[in-house]
Amino acid sequence: MSWQPEREEMDRTEIEQLQLERLEATLNRVQRSVPFYRKRFEEAGFDADGFRSLSDLRRLPFTTKQDLRDNHPYGLFAVPLRDVVRVHASSGTTGLATAVGYTRNDLNSWSDLVARVLVAGGVGKDDVVQVAFDYGLFTGAFGFHQGAERLGASVIPVSSASAMRQVGIMKDYRTTALVCTPSHAMTLADAALDAGIAPGSLSLRFGLFGAEPWSESMRAELQAKLKIAATDNYGLSEVGGPGLAGECMDRRGLHVAEDHFLVEVVDPETLQPVPDGTAGELVVTTLTREALPVVRFRTRDLASLTRVPCACGRTLARIGRVKGRTDDLLIVKGARVFPSEIEAVLLEVDGTDPHYEIVLDRRDGRDEALVRVEASAPGDEALRGVVARRLASALGVPVAVELVPPRSLARSEGKARRVVDRRRG
Amino acid sequence: MLRVRNLDVAYGPVAALRRVSLHVNQGEIATLIGANGAGKTTLLRCLAGLTPARGGEVLFRGDPVLGFRPERMVALGCSLVPEGRQVFAALPVRENLLIGGSVRVRRGLRREVDLDLERIYRLFPRLQERERQLAGTLSGGEQQMLAIGRALMARPALVMLDEPSMGLAPLVVKDILATVVRIAAGGTTVLLVEQNARSALRVARRGYVLENGRVVLEGTSDELLANREVQRAYLGSEVIP
Repeated sequence: MSWQPEREEMDRTEIEQLQLERLEATLNRVQRSVPFYRKRFEEAGFDADGFRSLSDLRRLPFTTKQDLRDNHPYGLFAVPLRDVVRVHASSGTTGLATAVGYTRNDLNSWSDLVARVLVAGGVGKDDVVQVAFDYGLFTGAFGFHQGAERLGASVIPVSSASAMRQVGIMKDYRTTALVCTPSHAMTLADAALDAGIAPGSLSLRFGLFGAEPWSESMRAELQAKLKIAATDNYGLSEVGGPGLAGECMDRRGLHVAEDHFLVEVVDPETLQPVPDGTAGELVVTTLTREALPVVRFRTRDLASLTRVPCACGRTLARIGRVKGRTDDLLIVKGARVFPSEIEAVLLEVDGTDPHYEIVLDRRDGRDEALVRVEASAPGDEALRGVVARRLASALGVPVAVELVPPRSLARSEGKARRVVDRRRG
Repeated sequence: MLRVRNLDVAYGPVAALRRVSLHVNQGEIATLIGANGAGKTTLLRCLAGLTPARGGEVLFRGDPVLGFRPERMVALGCSLVPEGRQVFAALPVRENLLIGGSVRVRRGLRREVDLDLERIYRLFPRLQERERQLAGTLSGGEQQMLAIGRALMARPALVMLDEPSMGLAPLVVKDILATVVRIAAGGTTVLLVEQNARSALRVARRGYVLENGRVVLEGTSDELLANREVQRAYLGSEVIP
């Protein structure tokens, strides 16, 4: 089942033709209407007229988060502000949030893109969709709200509320699909169990989780705790919010809306394209955005791309699950560590919860890493030893481990903040 | 049906089309809108083999056809209804239509040409009424019908119409566009170039906006009608839905 089969199941040659047409139109528009791009292209010696094929894209300069900040709030808009009908902002996980504009057409395609993600994740018009993202400048809540409405599902815009209230609504309103971050879903699952609500007694069937990286083991745990089919979805506000990519029920990668976005994967250091299947930084060019077209935006998210056909019938390329952000990448004692790898280990060890924080410090010029983990028996030295050994082997560097009582670490209501870095200053 | 990639056309040192890419799917009506001099006619003439391209690629029913002569394009199933009709004024209506069918006569399909003539008369009963009249004495709307009928006589898979509404009264325009819809419903793919953007977007499913020889927008007709820039530049008003 797909929402727009005529797009999602298009022939590869048709997709590439459409991408070329839309890319050229986008380049023509930004070169004409956005001084920033005109200047950038000039500096790079790039003339949009010299563009010949999709692979010429690599000759174009990148756009970074800093460029968006430098031109904040409206400097990169390609239409006059009076054509803009909505403004959101990036979530600001890493620094200053930047404005994102939408024309009426942008909102319209956004709704369809998120409806695609919902349908791919199992949701249909008869579902009751509870949106537990915070409604506001952040794109997640409004994106899923519109997508679910477009689909004809019943939307419950709970926004942020206490875990107990979320669970209460879930029970009373017979919610069948939950939309939030995976870490928040875990909090809700625990709250339900605490309140004595057996997961089987809820009507929940689907979980659509995104906005932060999560692991397969976390998926398994969420599926077991909430008795749902959980799918991952990906998007970022800078290119419009959720709807960029979403998993189908095969759950082997997230289908990219290639008719609206051109996704490349580059080596984050050399910035050269890497072959399909190799992980690198995702770089996104919007193909249909009118208000804020973005050319080669460096997402700083790490994933790989595959064009191997999927069993679900969609012909759209898939990205692997996002492994983390290039900024999340922690260099600990010279080793590259992603917080998501720590989470994966914790989920495999009985007696620990995937609630943790990493405290980085520098003593006598040397990095020290401490992982604080919630455990049902914080005094269990043997357990601490197991966790430390497993982490050391997974990360490639020894880390100190401290077990703390359940619920003693701050809970997430949005994106989880897991890293405390005291090494600077 | 038709796939164009990076088409470049220049008149001497002056670039008329710059890496234009577009496609038309089997059975659909696609439209090309743009101001005077944006390159719309140049594009159709190039696709019909009347104007040479400087670079690019054109696939017609999957085969590369760039550089083919006009009569070869017609024989392959790609017909142009030129701007300003260009009927043979000194010949009767019937002769004008038979000229359109000459590609098929050459292929030994004379009997079918007679059937085609009947088909065209069913589509445009007015042409049958004026069968023996000289084309030059027809009204503008009738000449346009004749130009379309002449193109259809070659049984094209794709018919390209250049400004069919030009100079016609609003009621006649409506008539012509209704015919275009009927042609597409009959299975013939249509690429429609129009200055009257609103009418064109009403009959077409998809469209492209051409500006200074470049495509600046592609989208469904609904999307283009909702685009404020298109509204300001080509629809003459901003529509608030």
